[in-house]
Amino acid sequence: MTVPTLANAGARAGDEATLVLEDVHHTYFSGTPNEQRALQGVDLAMEERAFVVVVGNNGSGKSTLLNTIAGSVIPDRGRILIGGQDVTAWREWRRAALVGRVFQNPMSGTIPHLTIAENLAVAAKRGSRPGVLRNALGRERRRELAERARDLGLGLEDRLDTPVGALSGGQRQALTLLMATLVRPTVLLLDEHTSALDPVSTEQVVRLTERLIRSEGLTTLMVTHSIQQAVTLGDRVLIMHRGRIAENIGGARKRQLRVEELLDTFERLRNADLVDESAAEMVRRLYI
Amino acid sequence: MNLLIGSVSMGFLLSLLTLGVFITYRIMGRLDLTTDGSFGLGAAVAAALLTAGVHPLVATVAAAAAGWLAGAATGLIYVIVGIDVLLGGILVTTGLYTAQLYIMGGGNHSLVGARTLPGIAEDLWHALRLPDTVVLGATAVPAALFSAFLVFAVFVLFSVWVLARFLRTDLGLALRAAGGNAQAARALGLDTGLMETLGLVLANGLVALAGALFAQYQGFANVTMGAGMIVTALACVVVGEGLLGRRTLRRQIAGTLIGTIAFRLLVAAAVAAGLPGDALKLATALFVLVALATPTVLARVRRRLERQEATT
Repeated sequence: MTVPTLANAGARAGDEATLVLEDVHHTYFSGTPNEQRALQGVDLAMEERAFVVVVGNNGSGKSTLLNTIAGSVIPDRGRILIGGQDVTAWREWRRAALVGRVFQNPMSGTIPHLTIAENLAVAAKRGSRPGVLRNALGRERRRELAERARDLGLGLEDRLDTPVGALSGGQRQALTLLMATLVRPTVLLLDEHTSALDPVSTEQVVRLTERLIRSEGLTTLMVTHSIQQAVTLGDRVLIMHRGRIAENIGGARKRQLRVEELLDTFERLRNADLVDESAAEMVRRLYI
Repeated sequence: MNLLIGSVSMGFLLSLLTLGVFITYRIMGRLDLTTDGSFGLGAAVAAALLTAGVHPLVATVAAAAAGWLAGAATGLIYVIVGIDVLLGGILVTTGLYTAQLYIMGGGNHSLVGARTLPGIAEDLWHALRLPDTVVLGATAVPAALFSAFLVFAVFVLFSVWVLARFLRTDLGLALRAAGGNAQAARALGLDTGLMETLGLVLANGLVALAGALFAQYQGFANVTMGAGMIVTALACVVVGEGLLGRRTLRRQIAGTLIGTIAFRLLVAAAVAAGLPGDALKLATALFVLVALATPTVLARVRRRLERQEATT
């Protein structure tokens, strides 16, 4: 069971929620002609083990939403709480102690010229101080990491000394996923993590994602371009529109959700926009 | 043979410079111009302390510590003020020029009569009642030259070994991760600003150490001796990679040592073949240019050939 996700309904988040956003606003290039209001008051509360999928058109603010949670964007206004801690002012690397993250670009999440084992060794230290003069890849450590790599079922455990740069996009995303969850994150963020992959790799990474989230009981926020994924994955769908959460589909409605219905909802939002535009045009003609 | 031993000794001690530049250029992905300043700084600090009668080992380590400070300055300028490492390095090097003049009390500082590391090695050599000359091949190498070579070799091999081990620790790995992909490193909880600074501190410590050893080798320090050192070091990095490749970290580290020695031999050969000493810097710069450009040009030529083949 998940606590209802509050969509633009004021902050009434329960203390027990794992991830809480309160009235989060963010504007890029504020005060310039390129001003872009990416987030205009987002409220969100996710209970532990919730799996929320976020969809929306380009520029709807869904990536900015993820970036404010990860700390790569510090919002102009509002509060962000992860695991009960106010992390609004924490820098990105500090938040990483609580947040696991997989990027859209398979190149982004791993270090290309380090080996698979070395990448995993760095990930194994997420959230803890590095032991300064401890060998990063002792025999014991290596065995543990190989064990975890074996769980992926991609044969990476036999290629531990291969530089990650030599892996395919799908393999790199799978590895990034493992690295993001190697130390259990309080919140897992997936930023369109299959959109750069071919169909076969996409299928593989999606299955791996589901399996990891279920087996580890992870609290997950996933942004996707794929309506298909929004329908089949997760237990709640949020539709972002113009910097707000415009639709919030959970519970039984989410379980029965079909692709057509979600597309219809998108269409409705777009039509509402057209009304706004023409109304604005009318006002302009009347007054100018 | 004496020229050979001299070149190899010089190669050994300058390999610390190459290693420092390898850390910033290859591991951190930065071109750190603090290098020129901290090489001269290391030489100046060592020279001033040695003439003041400080033990050579202490003076040499103090010189390395001065290099740490120089690296930290560039790192903090980058992290706190947000000025790029390239410009920060130029600013620090420019400032260090004045620092060197003050430390040495002038532009030149002779070490004649001061106790230096090679001096200690020679004393030790005689104390052990070893022969006055070592016969290598057909030539007799004087004890002074040979003992100097040994002390540098030991000093450098030890430093390289410590560094190679460090880069395999958790902290060393974090450093390499931050240099390899800052975005991923931050997402994995690494303070990339701190890591960049640490890399610069480490690298400039090695560079200053090289400067200190170099001053003791040639018997004086000079305010201009750091000028262009980064280019020389890049040349050595390139030679090392050409000889040993870039496949593993171990090969790359060994490459800095082998590359520097090979480069010194190359220089000695060029000078012996009649290259005027004044032309050395130009020759080095051209060498680096050609070495760095060759892979790009080759790839372009190959692509063009393939395209021609595809159209015919």
